[in-house]
Amino acid sequence: MIKNTKKLQKKNILSLEDVSISYGTFEAVKNVFLNFKAGDITSLIGPSGCGKSTVLRALNRMNDLIPNCSLKGTVLFDGTNIYDKRVDPVEVRRRIGMVFQQPNPFPKSIYENIAFGARINGFTGDMDQLVESSLRKAAVWSECKDKLNDSGYSLSGGQQQRLCIARTIAIEPEIILMDEPCSALDPISTLKIEETMHELKKNYTIIIVTHNMQQALRVSDMTAFFNAIEYEDGDGGKVGYLAEFNSTKKIFNSPKEKTTQEYISGKFG
Amino acid sequence: MNSLYYQKKLSRNVVDKFFTFLSLFCALIAILPLIFVVTYILIKGGAQINPDLFTLEPNPPGDDLDAGGINPALIGTLVITTIASIISIPVGVGGGIYLAEYSKGGPFSKFVRFGVNVLAGVPSIIAGVFIYALIVSTKILFGSMYSGLAGGMALSILMLPTVIKTTDEGLKLVPNELRYASLGIGASMYTTILKITLPTAFRSIATGVVLGIARAAGETAPLIFTALFSYYYITGFGDLFYEMGSLAVLIYNFALEPYDAQNKLAWAASFILVISILTVNILSRILAAFTEKTKRV
Repeated sequence: MIKNTKKLQKKNILSLEDVSISYGTFEAVKNVFLNFKAGDITSLIGPSGCGKSTVLRALNRMNDLIPNCSLKGTVLFDGTNIYDKRVDPVEVRRRIGMVFQQPNPFPKSIYENIAFGARINGFTGDMDQLVESSLRKAAVWSECKDKLNDSGYSLSGGQQQRLCIARTIAIEPEIILMDEPCSALDPISTLKIEETMHELKKNYTIIIVTHNMQQALRVSDMTAFFNAIEYEDGDGGKVGYLAEFNSTKKIFNSPKEKTTQEYISGKFG
Repeated sequence: MNSLYYQKKLSRNVVDKFFTFLSLFCALIAILPLIFVVTYILIKGGAQINPDLFTLEPNPPGDDLDAGGINPALIGTLVITTIASIISIPVGVGGGIYLAEYSKGGPFSKFVRFGVNVLAGVPSIIAGVFIYALIVSTKILFGSMYSGLAGGMALSILMLPTVIKTTDEGLKLVPNELRYASLGIGASMYTTILKITLPTAFRSIATGVVLGIARAAGETAPLIFTALFSYYYITGFGDLFYEMGSLAVLIYNFALEPYDAQNKLAWAASFILVISILTVNILSRILAAFTEKTKRV
């Protein structure tokens, strides 16, 4: 009972209201309604081309960097539509950080990789301490502590990805977006990153795109299943839509939609 | 059934051999002029090198006079190229940043890119005539006519396309993931470019700038119209507003003199010009290799 009231108290931190995203005239995903709860890990799953990465990038306006990409509808964060003309995308990205598919450390030292983001965000405290705590939170401190001045490239792929997570944590965002963060990593690194995510959950809201359904099952509280259907006019193009959104348990144990059932049991996708 | 072993006499193998040698032959012919020019200048000019060359003024042409040195021309080339760099590097790098980072491939950036390509193909003498008409004949620079400053401006026009193009190309080679990484943690465009993209592309930009400088340093035609020539030492800042000597124009002037002493001086100047341009080119390659090593520790 107590657990239940606690769940009810979780507030929506980010809401998509009737969001459609297009690249030029090609509609990638349409009519998405979705509420992300603060403190949850939400995973977005679905077959390739269903627009889940597109939706993820829309959440901190990374899609702005892709020419021709346009969005209809509203994305409410902290009570503000982040697609309002008055909104500064740089500020949005400071509060909603992102970790990418390929580890992409800066060509700088490990220390600088962490310090860069904090410094440009006006951090004035103890930088050494911030670097250490960020690396600790991302579970990569023990591997890095003796070579903070080495290049970020000197780390292995999995370590680089955790460095990138540490870099994102260092700017103290409210939400961390992860776009298939483990797709370029081996199972052991993947496991470490998943452990990291469980740690991070205490302080951050995490939204993750993954192709690995076991991963979604392992890490997330909520799961959104995206699917793609062919256009009604039937010219072969596909448009993505949100097929089902529920707690991870329900999605994997008793999905309401037939397509969800088929996807998670590996019948297509 | 044909044998699997290589057969020399097979017509396709004969033709193949023939074309291999033909292309090798053409490649050799292509490199010959460079070898001949450099060797000839090294032999003819190398013999004239002595310490006085670097310290003395050239003597006016005349019978049995010692030719003197090329100090003013040497310093003049350095000064004029520096002026050209001061003008063209900021403008060129800035323009390149706009093209690669800010413009979204619209008509304006297409126009600029096209313009830069056209500018790169403009004969150098046109740059000289243009600055002559704009600066020299109008006496717009505090009443001075031919000046080192005007020479530097003419050369900057020649350097500009190289610098813009290499900056543009260099920035385009920076992987987008790096930009996303920086923007994804809330960096502004400006910080991203200044702290991440530009340092990453530094190698190719620096190479382009150095090549631009090397090209400009050897130009003669634009300087004849703008900096003209001077026999006298450059003594101070004020000399920027007067005629200024340069190695290239010295070679042009003295090679045409009927006196042997001046001709020898021209050879010596050629030697120094070729050596310094070669050095700069080689330095840019070393710089490139060096920065690449440090970047990927």
